[in-house]
Amino acid sequence: MERTRSLNTLSAEKFAIQFAEAEPGLTYKAASEEANRCLYCYDAPCIKACPTSINIPSFIKRIATGNLKGAAATIMDSNPVGASCSRVCPTEELCEGACVLNHASEPIRIGLLQRYATDWAIQRGKPLFQAGPSIGKKVAVIGAGPAGLSAARELARDGFSVVIYEAREKAGGLDTYGIVSFRLPQAVSLWEVEQVEKLGVEIKTGVKVGEDIPASELLEQYDAVVLAAGMGYVPSLGIEGEELSGVYDAIRFVEGTKAGVPDLALEGARVAIIGAGNTAIDAATCSVRLGAENVKMVYRRTKDEMTAYDFEYEFAKREGVEFSWLTAPKRIVGDESGRVAYLECVRMELSAEKGKDGRRAPVPVPGSEFLMPVDAVVVAIGQKRHTPLIELLGLEHDRGVVKIDAGTRLTSNPKVYAAGDIIFGNGQGEVMVVSAAEQGKRAAHAISERFSVRTNSVAI
Amino acid sequence: MADLSINLAGIKSPNPFWLASAPPTNTGYQVQRAFEAGWGGAVWKTLGDPIINTSSRFAAVNFNGQRVAGFNNIELITDRPLEVNLKEIYETKKRFPDRAVVASLMVEPKREKWHEIVKRVEAIGVDGLELNFGCPHGMAERGMGAASGQQPDLVEMQTYFVKEVATTPVIVKLTPNITDITVVARHAVKGGADAISMINTINSLAGVDIYSWNTIPHVGGKGAHGGYCGPAVKPIALNMVAECARNAEVGVPISGIGGISNWQDTVEFLLMGATGVQICTAAMHHGFRIVEDMIDGLNNYLEEMGLSSVSELVGKSVARYSNWGDLDLNYKVVARIDTETCINCNKCHIACEDTSHQCIERRVDASGKEILVVREEDCVGCNLCSIVCPVDGAIEMVEVDEGLAPMSWNDRQRALSILNTAEMEVV
Repeated sequence: MERTRSLNTLSAEKFAIQFAEAEPGLTYKAASEEANRCLYCYDAPCIKACPTSINIPSFIKRIATGNLKGAAATIMDSNPVGASCSRVCPTEELCEGACVLNHASEPIRIGLLQRYATDWAIQRGKPLFQAGPSIGKKVAVIGAGPAGLSAARELARDGFSVVIYEAREKAGGLDTYGIVSFRLPQAVSLWEVEQVEKLGVEIKTGVKVGEDIPASELLEQYDAVVLAAGMGYVPSLGIEGEELSGVYDAIRFVEGTKAGVPDLALEGARVAIIGAGNTAIDAATCSVRLGAENVKMVYRRTKDEMTAYDFEYEFAKREGVEFSWLTAPKRIVGDESGRVAYLECVRMELSAEKGKDGRRAPVPVPGSEFLMPVDAVVVAIGQKRHTPLIELLGLEHDRGVVKIDAGTRLTSNPKVYAAGDIIFGNGQGEVMVVSAAEQGKRAAHAISERFSVRTNSVAI
Repeated sequence: MADLSINLAGIKSPNPFWLASAPPTNTGYQVQRAFEAGWGGAVWKTLGDPIINTSSRFAAVNFNGQRVAGFNNIELITDRPLEVNLKEIYETKKRFPDRAVVASLMVEPKREKWHEIVKRVEAIGVDGLELNFGCPHGMAERGMGAASGQQPDLVEMQTYFVKEVATTPVIVKLTPNITDITVVARHAVKGGADAISMINTINSLAGVDIYSWNTIPHVGGKGAHGGYCGPAVKPIALNMVAECARNAEVGVPISGIGGISNWQDTVEFLLMGATGVQICTAAMHHGFRIVEDMIDGLNNYLEEMGLSSVSELVGKSVARYSNWGDLDLNYKVVARIDTETCINCNKCHIACEDTSHQCIERRVDASGKEILVVREEDCVGCNLCSIVCPVDGAIEMVEVDEGLAPMSWNDRQRALSILNTAEMEVV
């Protein structure tokens, strides 16, 4: 050890400041100016670019005229997690990227306007929708993340009796637990949960299907089941030293910061993040805000291959995160007390050949191993599949990715629909929150159509 | 530097920008600040028997986030004693001898009243008089302002009273709250007016507060109609100036007023026959400093156009303003969309499809790009698409020569009547 490091946890005051939402919302004047700048295109490309097809010009026009309830209802009608999406969507690749003003001046800041309208609804506190008249059918939804909530909300509006089974303590899934608070405060996600509950949807939290309730029971007792269990924690790296103290699963790491000061002593620490996806970026910026002195992202490929969005990458850079491209971890080295001391890495280069995913495969540069002194290692190399649950339900899958029919949204079981991350992977589905919301909606609509009740209640 | 000076019926000023008779010209302090900023002239806030004003007087109309698209007021003429105003006019004129100081006047429609005020005002030295026959609120209820301005004979008579004693040029300011402004203009001229100015404000109610249900503005829960001005009234004012300018029986210089906000608006009024302009709302919105760009912009425009003097602009478009019956029915323009400049907002398409002639099609070109195409054979050349298009240069209205000789409605009617006569003769 070159020196003894004393690492502290953040004080509650500091934590509150560091983890408060980083980007301020629009002021009334800014929202008004921006809303009036919108051209109100006909058959607007932003609508087509939104996976949930929010009628964007229409909600922006409503902001411009001071009809904020109408704006919020327009957003939430298409996207039951529209408040969260206003903060986490890669808007420059979706609605804002499609804005026609990209070719003339500056695109409309749709994300911020969406946040302005939904923030208004959150502050107002009243529900925007009501449940449809009961049709006497019951649907079980497994998972209360974006896809599950979205499916449940739509089903409730169509008059179904809906029960959501959620393994965790709180509903909201990724939006509640998996995105750093300074990008998405938990209260926003919990408001969306509350909106769904107010339609009469029962959310049984802390209930794990297959453990606390047999999967077969759901299949027997409900008219339909929506499987929206998402994905699990980070899989093992498969290298030496993963058991050392100071090695974290990125999902649990971020989760630990979502409900108060975490038990993470990182003030002054040197942190290595392994991976370069959305969660890796969140873990990196989270480390910075927990007081880490140096945060390095260790990624075996280059910037061009990373799966994090550009805005996330830019945000991480602004936060002071460093990037070690073409670097792969080989081994985590501990000190005598069993704490992380070094990350042994090897330099990589991209081979000329492309791998199965179409990206150039990274290969180690022989003899380029080196030791990176670190106090913590956060592993963010993807998420585990819920294969056991899928098998309990007896569904066909491809390495943990549930197969569905694109038209009917049905799995191999004619009673079970699936949506969200559980159908993401192997070239199927999308990883965004907004896509999960859309898939949840579609599963719900497919069920409604099957029972011939596609009515959807109007906004209150 | 081009020559920006004007001479309006003998009233000279170094540039055509005058402050209109209104709140900005209430005191010597204000007018002197305006002259320091560069204004060429000022028409003093209307003199007469001092009045009592209400509290809460102005209101504005905002449009899509743009403030003061229109402006409304219920303020009356000066609330200060005549002698105070005269003293300040004297001091102002002494300090700025090259600027035009015009006194706006309003008294009861009585000969001796007019004689008295004209003599007192001219005695302290003004460059001209402007008779306020236009103020539409308050004063009109007392038989002055627009109440007398709406009666051509009263306008003529009072102008005559003034001209009996006036030694400086007399401008008659007209109200737009009338069916045909040229009628009143002609009567002002008959009464001896050296010039006319227009428009005064238009009867208006700025709005109603949709939550309290009060009028905007309101005075303790009650409202009364005010006078409307600002950018929204410019087209109305421009038409009235043009109608007077092309009427041979009017034939006196015009001072243009109404929604003029910048040098471009000014050029338009000059082209339509105004010799100079008067401005109020723009100054009330932004302060006197806006005249800097007006002067600079006008000068640069004249240089760009190769003109050495602002007077060369006066009336240049008047002959192009006519009656509908004289317009060429065989002239044709069609919309043409530049798909490179177009940003595909589809506003032209939906405007044409829903509210005009259904001739803009959405298509996909050979490369798969969405494009908008005008079916020219069905285009009536209404301009709507180019109006709603947010991108300059994306839609051009192009002339189409259909090989037909010009023919107006009047030509057509004349031809038909000749034809009918000929037929009857044959019979």
